[in-house]
Amino acid sequence: MFLALRDLRFARGRFALIGAVVGMIAVLGVILSGLASGLADSGISGLRALPVTHLAFDRSATGELFSRSTVTTDTAARWAEQPGVRKAEPLGQQLVHAQLGVPGGKQLDLAVLGVRPGGFLAPAPLSGAPLAGSTPNGVLVSEDILKEGVKVGDRLIAGQAGTELTVTGTIGHASFGHVGIVYAPLPLWQQLHYGLPGPLPDAAAHQATAVALQLAPGTAIAAADRDLGTQTVDKAGTYGASPGYTAESSTMTLIRGFLYAISALVVGSFFTVWTIQRRQEIALLKAIGASTRYILRDALTQAAAVLLAATAAGTAVGLALGGAMNGSAPFSLQADQVTLAALLLIVLGLAGAAVAVRRITKVQALSALGANR
Amino acid sequence: MTHPASAHSAAGTAAEAAVLRLTGVTLHLGRDPQQVIALDAVDLAVAPGELVAVTGPSGSGKSSLLAVAGGLQHPTAGTVHVAGTDLTTLREHQRTAHRRRHIGYVFQHANLFASLTAREQLLLTAHTAGRLDAATRRRADELLEAVGMSARAHHRPDRLSGGERQRVGIARALVLAPEVLLVDEPTSALDRARAREVVDLLAEQTRAHRTATVMVTHDHEILDAADRVLTLRDGRLS
Repeated sequence: MFLALRDLRFARGRFALIGAVVGMIAVLGVILSGLASGLADSGISGLRALPVTHLAFDRSATGELFSRSTVTTDTAARWAEQPGVRKAEPLGQQLVHAQLGVPGGKQLDLAVLGVRPGGFLAPAPLSGAPLAGSTPNGVLVSEDILKEGVKVGDRLIAGQAGTELTVTGTIGHASFGHVGIVYAPLPLWQQLHYGLPGPLPDAAAHQATAVALQLAPGTAIAAADRDLGTQTVDKAGTYGASPGYTAESSTMTLIRGFLYAISALVVGSFFTVWTIQRRQEIALLKAIGASTRYILRDALTQAAAVLLAATAAGTAVGLALGGAMNGSAPFSLQADQVTLAALLLIVLGLAGAAVAVRRITKVQALSALGANR
Repeated sequence: MTHPASAHSAAGTAAEAAVLRLTGVTLHLGRDPQQVIALDAVDLAVAPGELVAVTGPSGSGKSSLLAVAGGLQHPTAGTVHVAGTDLTTLREHQRTAHRRRHIGYVFQHANLFASLTAREQLLLTAHTAGRLDAATRRRADELLEAVGMSARAHHRPDRLSGGERQRVGIARALVLAPEVLLVDEPTSALDRARAREVVDLLAEQTRAHRTATVMVTHDHEILDAADRVLTLRDGRLS
């Protein structure tokens, strides 16, 4: 570190440049990390909050299971009888368009989850009253809907049939496919799902999207799936069925992958040029008796110092910018994700530097002598 | 000054207590048909406190002699003993470690590190050997004093003259108290007055620190500072 630190000070202009590049990559890393977490949160936070271990969908549904699957309340009842099943209830999911029930009211998109009032899926409200069979049109709206200007007591006109919903209570942040969640009693959800005014046909009155399950660990589900005509997916497995979730996740992963690959290349390129410029100095070090290990350690320490300082500064700037973005975009800063982003940048940058400074091993001490200079 | 004619007898005397001894050293560079014989059966022994000047025309093998003597280059044949160890039997990392402990190099144009002050040039050498302790710092300060560079100890090379740089180079080579000092064209970039100062300093330090010093030079006006003068021509030392 003796020479490395003094070189850093001496060539501070050059190191400031590469430090600025690494710092900006760190800023981008934090922003992308926040966007990835925010998008994921906005896509699946409602699913993540469900108190279930698995969801059983219609076996014939493929791809976007939430919009293509239809099961019956009878299927849910039969699932409840299976060994290892602790709880089983029907769950409805429907994206609907709504309008605040006043003249010229605001247009809204709602992700309506239909559950049994008093059942294990029905959330406890943060304010107002819980779902109840006695208020068949009463719904709980998430914080995301409240941000649109909706409040307890408001009426919402939803779906093509103009079904009326009354906001009786609120829950915390919960969304599905970037749309705020509304919890409704299952019959009300069935009405919205059916989409036509008037009394529900008998078949529609027993529909749900999936069976929400709480299974004991190690429960065998294959036989039940076969018997009941369902396909059971664990909770994390259902995230991919959220609209756009898989495409968004893979896009963000790809962008971050490219970012880290670019950072390793940029750092590697800088230290390649730096090492080439230092060839004479390295030969001199070897001639005065410095071991190759000493010189490599010195060079890598220098790279680590640049990466650490620049990443710390960039991450701090990224956190400040991210803090300013909160609320204006699907953005969520999570300590583990930010730490991982910073560590990746440092580790991959060091890998790039390590490849670059390997050239040190090839420099001949002989080059320090007169005729070879 | 000992003239070339008496070089063999002086070398013979030195051989008994020599701390640097080259025996039958041959160095071939390149491959046939362009192969060059840089050193041809060179014998050389240098005793502690002795300054040997090696002169010769360009391309005569002077730098090759220093490279082989310091273990920077492996000879094609012959042995190179430094402080009792034959460098030709050592692997590269062992030669580097041996060089660190027993050999100091003074380079043409001083070859200082641009980012380090004069004092730090000496401390770096100690640091590479894991000996950056209070005693070494004291020795560094004493050496800078001895070469007249105390007042410029905290200046970087770009603020030193050519002669001052070479003084720092000499102090740096001596900081770990090597038994052997190998000096490569120390006055090639200096005017007459500065060249005289530097070579007198080398002679003085050689005697003061009892180093076996080999100085290659093509500057005939400084040869009088040497105890022996040898001539290298077509790889042969005489």
